[in-house]
Amino acid sequence: MDLLANLSQSLQDGDDEKVAALTKEALAAGMSAKQILDNALISGMTVIGNRFKAHEIFLPDVLLSARAMYAGLELLKPLFLKDDIPSRGKVVVGTVQGDLHDIGKNLVSIMLKGAGYEVIDLGNDVPPERFVDTAVAQGAAIIGLSALLTTTMPVMSQVAALLKERGLTGRIKLIIGGAPVSDAYAREIGADAYGFDAVKAVEIVDRFLMRQ
Amino acid sequence: MRPTVAFLNRELIERIVAEGRDILCRMGIAIHNPAALKLLSDGGAVVDVSRHHVRFTSDLIDRALGSAPKGFKLYDVMGEEAVDLSGDRVNYTPGSAALNFLDGATGLMRRPTTADYIRYVRIVSGMPHIASQSTAFIPGDVHEKISDSYRLYLSLLHGEKPVVTGTFTIDSFEIMKDLQLAVRGSEAALKAKPLTVFSCCPTSPLKWSTVTSQNVIDCARYHIPVEFVAMPLSGFIAPVTLVGTLIQHTAETLSGIVLSQLANPGTPILYGGSPAIFDVRYETTPMGAVETEMIDCAYAEIGKYLGLPTQAYIALSDAKQLDAQAGLETSMGATLAALAGINNISGPGMLDFESCFSLEKLVVDNEICGMTLRMIQGIEPKGDFPSLGHFTELVREGHLLISKHTRRYRQEEIHLPGPVIDRANRSRWAEEGSKTLMERASAEINRLEAAYTPSRLPDDVKGELTRLMTAEARRYGMDKLPRESR
Ligand code: B12
Repeated sequence: MDLLANLSQSLQDGDDEKVAALTKEALAAGMSAKQILDNALISGMTVIGNRFKAHEIFLPDVLLSARAMYAGLELLKPLFLKDDIPSRGKVVVGTVQGDLHDIGKNLVSIMLKGAGYEVIDLGNDVPPERFVDTAVAQGAAIIGLSALLTTTMPVMSQVAALLKERGLTGRIKLIIGGAPVSDAYAREIGADAYGFDAVKAVEIVDRFLMRQ
Repeated sequence: MRPTVAFLNRELIERIVAEGRDILCRMGIAIHNPAALKLLSDGGAVVDVSRHHVRFTSDLIDRALGSAPKGFKLYDVMGEEAVDLSGDRVNYTPGSAALNFLDGATGLMRRPTTADYIRYVRIVSGMPHIASQSTAFIPGDVHEKISDSYRLYLSLLHGEKPVVTGTFTIDSFEIMKDLQLAVRGSEAALKAKPLTVFSCCPTSPLKWSTVTSQNVIDCARYHIPVEFVAMPLSGFIAPVTLVGTLIQHTAETLSGIVLSQLANPGTPILYGGSPAIFDVRYETTPMGAVETEMIDCAYAEIGKYLGLPTQAYIALSDAKQLDAQAGLETSMGATLAALAGINNISGPGMLDFESCFSLEKLVVDNEICGMTLRMIQGIEPKGDFPSLGHFTELVREGHLLISKHTRRYRQEEIHLPGPVIDRANRSRWAEEGSKTLMERASAEINRLEAAYTPSRLPDDVKGELTRLMTAEARRYGMDKLPRESR
């Protein structure tokens, strides 16, 4: 098997040590960081993503592969010019103020990271301003909100209102999720999308950032 | 003999408890609440305020276990004793706080309304095997900010049974306490006759949020009983093994007990929980999983070992409809919980991972509960020895349908469920319309609703409840409560 295929396979197997070793080997063999990234790490992660979507593999498998990907990525990073550091885009996520349910949000965050996005996870009980301020300061194009309580859903509409007030509606996309919210609720408060699980979250972000 | 079930032997219980205590004393947990940290530090715990971190001491835990009552009772709105949460007494209460409602008429899930809630209170009032009401679901026709307190208001206004409930915020505690004071008349009366139990959740792993730790303290101040509902998820935010999950559950629950007993020694508590395994295939927290139910029974054994009354979220299902899965998961849970002698068993009526409530399911579950309550009466001799007389009579008469022994014991020996559980022979079942379970359940709902009599709470108290609730709604810009609420 050729080196890059082998590397991609090791990533899919979730073997971070092997990924690190093979990444070094590929660099020593004179391959470019870009080549390794695109043709082994990202391609491997895409396979994992598709298998996960097809329910052939489960969350822990994705996590293992994501960890393996980062093992390779860390070695490549110093070789990219600063501006070229590969990032598929930034997403700010958090559970809204008054709400402590963060399990679903954490899964969304994990999956987005696994898909190669830079995730700024603000944790739980996050006030509306912090979402918007952070997105602006960090140049994130997407804010993802999670709420599990009926009492905290209204905070989502406060974030939407804040984006509107600051003229950011549409420029920063707002996506929401969590047990009590729905497509209809997203429309009602003027959010850009609703996702019912972490896979959907990745699909939506892919769609908004127009990549596959 | 009362039948029981045991998953742990004494040695394993002791090791789990020792480990749970060790976590609290050596590693410590996070509590994001200055008032709680102050209580703990005054009580002798090692507190690092800047890191919201606290390490307990063995003495602190022992004192809390010493002051927590071994059991307590709940009293209905009229002040009559209704629920005994002590020893191995078993009481069922509906699952609580569902976001959604399965509409029996359409078969579709939707947001619940005030009218649904009142219907629920009416039917639960007449259910013999459901000891208390719970604030079962969230009416969607009021402001979200009152979605926790409004349920309690409706329950206290229309029903008489005590209420298992809880608040979602710090603010709502005030109105939820005031509603209870309005029913009882004074703080002393409320303390003497608890009316509600509040669920308070530590945030697994090993953490208390500002909101829920404050709820624990606020409840303690008014002597309102608290059930601790830790939710470690095996293999996700808890060790994958059932023992590991139990160790974490022990630590989380003990931390709550210490907090409540420091806030007010002697405050009634339930050693409770809603742990679950984590199903990696679906990213869900199945309440009907056999391992979930095993963990529930096992921590109840630990609670009993510590001498405390117990609670669990166990008689419920993850099915989306009232189907065979709903019945089997609920009855497996209810059966195990009854055998385990869990004092407050939450769940009936609930589907879909604690998020969808069904009245039809509630009436089915009421019958499941009835059967399990019979089961734990066990098998006892009742005029059976010597037995020759009975058999002589049987051989002589050819039957024992009207024998003295039968007449004396039939009622207490043979529990007859129904009308939802069907025991007609096929011809009679066909003659009576070949009714499906759903049809029988909905007929039973109608019957219970027709039999409902309004709460005997005096009108002036009802008026005061409405005044309090209306004022609370106004704070959030709702000038009127939904018309059906009264
Ligand atoms: C686990 C749990 C807890 C744990 C949370 C632990 C933690 N670290 O998060 C604990 C025990 C601490 C807890 C506490 C409470 N809980 Co709780 N909890 C649950 C439970 C059982 C499961 C939630 C969960 O984690 N599911 C698993 C995850 C993976 O699913 P998920 O969160 O839905 O996330 C998925 C999707 O929704 C989506 N998603 C989520 N976020 C986002 C964001 C974006 C952008 C996108 C695209 C997608 C997305 O993707 C995720 C992955 O698939 C739910 C019941 C339920 N079925 O939802 C009740 C539930 C939400 N809790 C409830 C309640 C009442 C409470 C408390 C108020 C109880 C109390 N009185 O103390 C407290 C909360 C206090 C507060 N202020 O927050 C009620 C809510 C009722 C209501 N009407 O609002 C529920 C419905 C249970 C019930 N019937 O009582 N809870």
